[in-house]
Amino acid sequence: MSSTGPILTVDRLSVRLPKGADRSHAITEVSLSVAENEIVCIVGESGSGKSMMANAIMRLLPQGVTTDHGRILFVGRDLCAASAAEMRSIRGAEIAMVFQEPMTALNPLRTIGDQIGEVLDIHTGLAKAEIRSRVLSLLSDVHIPDPPRAAKAYPHELSGGQRQRAMIAMALALDPKLLIADEPTTALDVTTQAQILKLIRELQQRRNTAVLFITHDFGVVAEIADRVVVMQHGVVVEHGTAREVLRNPRHAYTQQLIAAVPPVAAPPPRRLSDQTLLALSGVVKTYRAGGFLGRGARVTHAVKDVSFTLPKGATLGIVGESGSGKSTLARCIIRLIDPDAGSILLDGHDWALMSRREIRQRTQQMQMVFQDPFASLNPRRKAIDLVAQGPIVHGTPRDKALSEARELFQLVGLDPSAADRLPHEFSGGQRQRIGLARALALKPDVLVADEPVSALDVSVQAQVLRLLTSLRERLGLSIIFITHDLRVAAQICDLVAVMKDGVVVEHGLTHQVFGTPQHAYTRALLDAIPGGDFARTPHP
Amino acid sequence: MDALKRYFRSPAAVLGLVLLLIVVGMAISAGYLYPRDPLALAGRPLVWPFTNPRFLLGTDNSGRDIAAQIFHGARISLLIGGVATLIAVTIGVMVGAIAGYYGGWIDNILMRITEAFQTLPNFVLLLVLVAVFGSTLTTVTIAVGIVSWPAPARLTRAEFLSLRSREFVQAGRTLGMPDAQLILREILPNALPPVIVYAGVVMAVAILLESALAFLRLSDANVASWGNLIGLGRDVLRVQWYVSAIPGVAILITVLAVSLVGQGLNDALNPRLKQR
Amino acid sequence: MRILSLAGRRLAASIPTLVLILVGVFLLLQLAPGDTVDAMMAQMGGGDAATARELRRFYGLDLSIPMQLANYLWRLVRLDLGFSAIYGKPVATVILERLPPTLLLMTSALSFAFFFGLVFGVIAARGVNRWPDTLISTVGLIFYATPSFWFGLMAIVVFSIYLQWLPAGGFEDIGAIRTGIWRVLDIASHLILPSLTLGLIFLAIYLRIMRASMLEVLNLDFVRTARAKGLDETRIITRHVLRNALLPMVTLIGLQAGTMLGGSVVVETVFSLPGLGRLAYESVVQRDLNTLLGIVFVSALLVILVNFVTDLLYARLDPRIAAES
Repeated sequence: MSSTGPILTVDRLSVRLPKGADRSHAITEVSLSVAENEIVCIVGESGSGKSMMANAIMRLLPQGVTTDHGRILFVGRDLCAASAAEMRSIRGAEIAMVFQEPMTALNPLRTIGDQIGEVLDIHTGLAKAEIRSRVLSLLSDVHIPDPPRAAKAYPHELSGGQRQRAMIAMALALDPKLLIADEPTTALDVTTQAQILKLIRELQQRRNTAVLFITHDFGVVAEIADRVVVMQHGVVVEHGTAREVLRNPRHAYTQQLIAAVPPVAAPPPRRLSDQTLLALSGVVKTYRAGGFLGRGARVTHAVKDVSFTLPKGATLGIVGESGSGKSTLARCIIRLIDPDAGSILLDGHDWALMSRREIRQRTQQMQMVFQDPFASLNPRRKAIDLVAQGPIVHGTPRDKALSEARELFQLVGLDPSAADRLPHEFSGGQRQRIGLARALALKPDVLVADEPVSALDVSVQAQVLRLLTSLRERLGLSIIFITHDLRVAAQICDLVAVMKDGVVVEHGLTHQVFGTPQHAYTRALLDAIPGGDFARTPHP
Repeated sequence: MDALKRYFRSPAAVLGLVLLLIVVGMAISAGYLYPRDPLALAGRPLVWPFTNPRFLLGTDNSGRDIAAQIFHGARISLLIGGVATLIAVTIGVMVGAIAGYYGGWIDNILMRITEAFQTLPNFVLLLVLVAVFGSTLTTVTIAVGIVSWPAPARLTRAEFLSLRSREFVQAGRTLGMPDAQLILREILPNALPPVIVYAGVVMAVAILLESALAFLRLSDANVASWGNLIGLGRDVLRVQWYVSAIPGVAILITVLAVSLVGQGLNDALNPRLKQR
Repeated sequence: MRILSLAGRRLAASIPTLVLILVGVFLLLQLAPGDTVDAMMAQMGGGDAATARELRRFYGLDLSIPMQLANYLWRLVRLDLGFSAIYGKPVATVILERLPPTLLLMTSALSFAFFFGLVFGVIAARGVNRWPDTLISTVGLIFYATPSFWFGLMAIVVFSIYLQWLPAGGFEDIGAIRTGIWRVLDIASHLILPSLTLGLIFLAIYLRIMRASMLEVLNLDFVRTARAKGLDETRIITRHVLRNALLPMVTLIGLQAGTMLGGSVVVETVFSLPGLGRLAYESVVQRDLNTLLGIVFVSALLVILVNFVTDLLYARLDPRIAAES
């Protein structure tokens, strides 16, 4: 696809970290190039040095971090040797950048139009009126509805997707030769992600921009990349065209990353029990905020009339985008939140009607695994105490609880000799295993798992999911699995319920729902999964 | 251990600790070095400092030894500052913990009361309390403690509010822990460090409040307090300014020491903030 | 408009706070030894029990405490703060006479502290961990630890007694009758030392908050965006960082209003300024409890007013506030 010479050539670049960091270099001897009208993806997990690449090219490295070796050639100029003033004239005008989190990347106190106009203001001598009209045409280029209103809006008045469109408009304001996009869709919902990827593709082709796209998601790579550079621990382990790398990954790490992004196709269904363990009917939760004596209050219908049943031993996935009410529903089921109406029948008891005291006595039947492995463990307690805590609360003698906790450590694949460490001494995946052990210590019948793998790197995700699957078989667990990721749901769930705006729009056996979706929203969710055929058919 | 190492790596924090130890040393040694009543007549009035070896820091308008008053004053300042801080932090943590954990109408009522205390200028409230209950050492200490609790209460409440919704507390709830255990064993240990660090600020302010009260001659006149001496020196300010100047320096050093130690602890316990 | 209604609602919400303060302090003062009549009798040089009884009935002090409280609150609604036996005037009149010096003192001290706190905070944050920062932070810490009344006394020694540049006390020169601009200048020269004295500790606080706030904002993502746009450091500070960093400073004005009013008690006493703070001190010494209660009311009102203004200011600075309502 690239006919002319490269826009950007990175030549054996090394970036040194300050003393006391976990390694001496963030990036070691990395070379890559991006040509006009080409999208190059840098893929890697956290700690791979992929974001440091973007900062090094922009010469916006954090304090104490320096490039100590190599060259960055941008249309023939070595950026490492450019003066600070030269770099300022290049940034924003010739190399532009889009960031991961569109909410925090925009100044909350200034209007969108003002912030886009600023790029034009500092790099061109355009008059105010001219800048204003250019801003409006940029906003309509990125398909923001009602550009004049969007220009006057503050960031908090726009949705996440619109904010990212505004960021793209800002980046492309001066037709830069190179666009660096640092995980620009990671913070977005899947349907919004699909739209933003389409927009970047469209604008890039119209303007022949060279794009350096940083991501951790091979689905996104399959969707958008011409060429791929795979990084691990600051080193390039594999590079090539997108086709080559996706079809025929040579390096073990690349293979592992690709394997960790399974297709949405569900495995053949398991036989499910006829016995219903948990039955929800008509569960409602409404939030009221602000207002005085009930007047003028903002009312949010988080969960509207949800009913479903969970057969014994089955895994039910609740999938949906942010704001769909899936997390609220999970917390209602386990009574961290009190539902307004409906019944939650488990083993003949209605959890929706139980008093706090009754719930405390019955918590052994239902346990929860949380999303954030860093926030879900008390930082001041040893791992073993965290796991033994539950049984001790319920009257198990301390010694017995501790010895059982050690057995659980083995069960979830942790080294029992690490039992006396504090949570911060474990990795994210290990912490999630501790959280799992803590829930299992009470020998629950039902496990409610709220996005248990979404905070983890993809390769760790796969390990934790495998563990969950094997535990389900061995312990006969029934699981309610909340996730936004349809690929994860397809792997582990027997049944799925698709939620949108507090309502279950479709539910049934996973391979049916995903194979022949009935509801338009389910189809939209499935279509939005990035990666085309790569994401839909099993990898070779 | 890491925190301790980080603390001693900061020169300001070490300086603060040294100054604080000096003040504490003065308070402890006051009884041995100056066994006589520091408020008793010792010699000729208004002797300039460093002119008479018997009175190293000179004498005040009524012929009392200034050095003796400074040493004994350290006891009073540390005592009032320490006890008042203990009172303020205890009330503050209790109110803040209950308000932050339970929320709803309990929070509403407690925060209204806190707000009332913050709306009324604390020194004016202090004047009212002294006007009502008199100016003995005990009443002044309690009064200073009472006007100082709202800030620790707000801080504790904010910590509780943010920790309450953290997943590890929710996990404790799903394990079936009772409220008391959640408050005392899960949330409080995590909420306490910033409050303890803030106690340094409370103590600094408490010492300043008492000295201001003493300067206005509204504190206990029967103890050797630095503020009392400054107030006394005001009458001879035109010429013998040293009578007011010396105790002022003592207050400055003590408050500085307490603030530096507080800040050093803060940086040592929250290293992330320091690195930025 | 939306901002105004928001701040108005906050203002209305502070009425219960005000009532709570008044009821609390009223009941507290009932515990005080001696009442207004005792103070009056002492002022008159003593009197017999019959006169005292008569006076108590006249002032309604023979009623039950809840009745007295109800009377007091009802009179307050009509802005009647009662009568000061010591000054022989209505409390409202006494307080109104004493209000201007205090308001002037607070305004000038606040402006001084806010302006220099902002400037030095920015300078310190720009040179973080280098010598300007170390110097500014150290001096700030020393200011913070300095008792204000002592600083005032030392300032008098240096500037009034030795250098004889500035007057040692009072609100204006009573000996000479000045009018117009000369009177303004005279009052200003009398207010310089008190304002410095009162403002010093707040300067230290504002400086520390501004520095911390700047450092925090400089680490936010949108500053990286601004750099990626090609802005230079000065523009990044003026157009992106400053306004965001100012938000905590504005909150602090409201939070510190009460402390500042309390500080004026001491400073006004040091500089013999005939203000509200000195009045508070005098009424405690002379056991003029009616006036003391009036001062409690007025100072709480002042703090509420300052908070109202800072609410408005904050909402002007931060568009997110109006959206939350």
